[in-house]
Amino acid sequence: MSDLPLVRAGDGDRGVWRAASSSRSFVAGFVVTLVFLAAALVSLVWTPYEVTALSIPDKFKPPFGEHLFGTDQFGRDIFSMVMVGARTSIAVSVVAVGIGVLAGVALGLAAAANRRGLLDELIMRSNDLVFAFPVLVIAILITAVFGPGVINAIVALGVYNTPVFARLARGAALSLWSREFVLAAQVAGKGKFLISVEHILPNILNLLVVQGTILFSLGILAEAGLSYVGLGAQPPLPSWGRMLAEAQTLTAIAPHVALIPGLAIVIAVLGLNLMGDGLRDILDPRVRRAGR
Amino acid sequence: MLRYTVTRLISLSLSLIAASIIIFFVIEIVPGDPAAFMLGLNAQPDTVAALQRELGLDVGPVERYFRWIFGILQGDFGVSYTYRTPVSELIADRLWVSLPLAIYALTLSTLIAIPTGVIAAALRGRPTDTAIMGVTQLGIAVPNFWLAMLLVLLFSITLRWFSAGGFPGWEEGLWEGLRALTLPAIALALPQASILARVMRSALLDTLSEDFVRTARAKGLSRAQALRRHALRNAMIPVLTIMGLQFSFLLAGAVIVENVFFLPGVARLVFQGITQRDLIVVESVVLILVFAVIVVAFLVDLAYAWVDPRLRHQQ
Amino acid sequence: MRQPVTRTLLAAGALGFSAVFSGAMAAGHLGPAVTIGMQLEPPMLDPTGGAAAAIDEVVYANIFEGLTRFASDGSIKPALAESWTISDDGLTYTFNLHTGVKYHDGTDFDASDVKFSLDRARADDSTNAQKALFAAIENVEVVDPATVKVMLSEATGNFLFNMAWGDAVIVAPESVESNATEPVGTGPFKFVRWVKGDRVEIEANADYWGEGVEIEGATFKFISDPTAAFAAMMSEDLDAYPVFPAPENLDQFAADPRFEVIVGSTEGETILSTNNKQPPFDDVRVRQAVAHAIDRQAIIDGAMFGYGTPIGTHFAPHNPAYVDLTGQSNHDPEKARALLAEAGYADGFSATLKLPPPSYARRGGEIIAAQLREIGIELEISNLEWAQWLEQVFRGKDYDLTIVSHTEPMDIGIYARDEYYFQYVDDDFKAMIAELNTTADEARRTELMQAAQRKIADDYVNGYLFQLARTGVAKKGLKGLWENAPTQANDLTAVHWE
Repeated sequence: MSDLPLVRAGDGDRGVWRAASSSRSFVAGFVVTLVFLAAALVSLVWTPYEVTALSIPDKFKPPFGEHLFGTDQFGRDIFSMVMVGARTSIAVSVVAVGIGVLAGVALGLAAAANRRGLLDELIMRSNDLVFAFPVLVIAILITAVFGPGVINAIVALGVYNTPVFARLARGAALSLWSREFVLAAQVAGKGKFLISVEHILPNILNLLVVQGTILFSLGILAEAGLSYVGLGAQPPLPSWGRMLAEAQTLTAIAPHVALIPGLAIVIAVLGLNLMGDGLRDILDPRVRRAGR
Repeated sequence: MLRYTVTRLISLSLSLIAASIIIFFVIEIVPGDPAAFMLGLNAQPDTVAALQRELGLDVGPVERYFRWIFGILQGDFGVSYTYRTPVSELIADRLWVSLPLAIYALTLSTLIAIPTGVIAAALRGRPTDTAIMGVTQLGIAVPNFWLAMLLVLLFSITLRWFSAGGFPGWEEGLWEGLRALTLPAIALALPQASILARVMRSALLDTLSEDFVRTARAKGLSRAQALRRHALRNAMIPVLTIMGLQFSFLLAGAVIVENVFFLPGVARLVFQGITQRDLIVVESVVLILVFAVIVVAFLVDLAYAWVDPRLRHQQ
Repeated sequence: MRQPVTRTLLAAGALGFSAVFSGAMAAGHLGPAVTIGMQLEPPMLDPTGGAAAAIDEVVYANIFEGLTRFASDGSIKPALAESWTISDDGLTYTFNLHTGVKYHDGTDFDASDVKFSLDRARADDSTNAQKALFAAIENVEVVDPATVKVMLSEATGNFLFNMAWGDAVIVAPESVESNATEPVGTGPFKFVRWVKGDRVEIEANADYWGEGVEIEGATFKFISDPTAAFAAMMSEDLDAYPVFPAPENLDQFAADPRFEVIVGSTEGETILSTNNKQPPFDDVRVRQAVAHAIDRQAIIDGAMFGYGTPIGTHFAPHNPAYVDLTGQSNHDPEKARALLAEAGYADGFSATLKLPPPSYARRGGEIIAAQLREIGIELEISNLEWAQWLEQVFRGKDYDLTIVSHTEPMDIGIYARDEYYFQYVDDDFKAMIAELNTTADEARRTELMQAAQRKIADDYVNGYLFQLARTGVAKKGLKGLWENAPTQANDLTAVHWE
């Protein structure tokens, strides 16, 4: 929730040494991301303990005993909850980014194809309008109308992501529309839609992947924030943000209950950001050119 | 320039009108009746109806929209349903907390980020740079509300250096006010500073590779001199853009941190307003926040057009 | 202040001087002001125009007074009415009022204010949240400035009790419009200011008609976040937090020599409210199964960290007429499963559980969901804000189960309302309550109240969980805070430092 997309410019010219080090960050990020992905997938079929099983007498067991991460105020196994929480976070972010990509790219490409036309102006102004709403305000409004829940958190984040991708796609597509191969396709009689899909889209894919990774990590932070204020995942579905919210009054009694979900968020986001940076170095043509 | 400004002004006013309509009607369909909420479990239906009349809720939404919007044009935001005081006073009170907090956080973040970014750029590739980049990666990944919780645990509960939250009011003195805003400002500033430092570093590196800096280097300036005399000023453009975006984020997105520190700020007013169904307050605050963002974006566009003549001729 | 010199000095010295001056005057009488923590900020400060408990928590007995008032043990004491007589038919109440009482703005209090307040509360355009309290009033008559007669249309056993509510305080026509933001009452404390979103300040009223208070004033600070409340108490920013929102922290306060934990009872019957018309909960066997599936002690331990008294019916255990019926719905999953099977749900079923914001509901809900899962009932939890809860559950009756604490005192009568959200309709029960309302004889009243308690327990109308405890924290040495809560209030009239 605290990052700002689209504004992290490329890291400029880099030598071979830099390229190696950046791919190291990609590898590190990739491994962390894989671990969380694996935990999320495994949690579909197995967790060390049942996440919804309460056992009040076992509450506040410290970590590294019978329970690897200890237990919470209801005696639930925190390790299992972190695993399922990873699933919640990943699912919310993936779908929210997906919505953003689909809607945003379609709008962006349409705007670029009709550049400086009425449609372009309409799309871009609506974009600015949506972008002017803070994500939390969107989430609060959606939740107030439809009630809280994972789905509504996804919609709020998807709505927030859409203008980001629309701007990105439009900007990148605009420069392609004046390129020779697009002009050639136009001369050959291809329509705007076909050109957008066949020629423009494949050429902006790299950019979308990089931005997608960044927004994915933002999504994890945002989901945690929304769940923390009660606008996201509802009990008994574990979510890192809600675990933190519930643990908040317990920090003085059992710090691990508040520390572990927070660390999970930090590590997951860090992993994704490292991977995103690495990906950009590998995929972003500008950086690649500079690296050559 | 004039023609460009006029077309942009028309599109601006259309955006503002659209925003006000969207805000009003989205918030109006929020289920839950302010009068029923205020009167609670034992209220009789006739009592609820009486309160609805008193609050002016007995007329249709379209009429209420026009009442609201014409009121605002005359500087009157209406009266809060639950607080029974003018909405403009409520918002003004809250802004006295939110604005200083945002400025405080932005100042902190700038003071940390600019030198850090410059050092990282100057020492590019050295261990210091790597360490700074690592720490800023971490800073971006930390949720600000978790940071806030940890700060309270450390500085309020354990060390008791700061109170755990609340805001005594500026009449208690500047120092007391700033003290109350310090932990929230840190919680907000650190993640922002991490982003800003990274932007600063990469913007500097970008300008360092530009021709005019290379020329300066070729004329015999040292790397540090080139950085100081030429690159720094030019790198400030993206940094300032980010700072503008961050400021509106700090104003509107601080709701979670305001909640942790129970600060009576604007963002929490939205949150409270929606739970108490004080819809007129929510509508007005959201309108102001959204207007502010749209108008700032408009001014930035104008400024760019002023600087870069190509833009205005394209229109 | 007889000498002009002093007056000039006072004027010149402005606030600082007068503070010193009143402090000197108070020496030996008034202790330092106290800072009281509260979870919710009142939306406004007029108790006759809103239902929020937070209003009474600031103004009740402190700023506003009624004819009668609640004492901390729940008994009814005289307040602005010095004494009263009741006619033999129970229809006419004659109140003798205190004389020489002034409102904080200097206007006089007399019988016409009583007439004004009661007539306003029961008027057609009244926005009083508890208008039902005044339903029996037929006419209010000013006999002389110190005497007022209230005529009822039917005998009402607890009319004096009704007049003790915060919604029945006596207000003045001169200040009624601005009470929402600047309350003007007759109480021992005067309103000073309200910093919205943060605090309300009140100060001792030097011109109070009754026995004065023992502190200079008080600040009510609104801290909704439990962690922040904990931190604010620990750092001694607060002197007391009478209804502490996080029971999990109480042990730490108890262990700290600086603090004292005050545990008392409230009027809050915390129940698993059940929609009695919604299948399958329209079958008494299903409701009985749910009752036997619930382990009350696990809920009290898990959600309230041990604070709370198990209840088996909708009645406060500290009331002399209470009957302990918890054994009738003991924790017995075997029996619960058998009952479900008998009702035709051997494989269980799924239902919704809609939870309002308080932590007893949110935490209790998770525990109950786990307990009902044991007997095959899958609950889908949805957390609602109060406004949504009121709309969907309370008014719309669109729910299966919910958890809520019914904090109104003596409210078993709600089961006699057909349209109440439990959707429980029973003519025998209604007859009991009708008789209770018009009965003045104590022995008969007790009999009726006990019969009513048994009736709803036999019908398993709701899952009866526990009586909400009032758990507060105060600095050692601060005495006189209410231990129990017959109504939701922070009565500071007896608060003093030792």
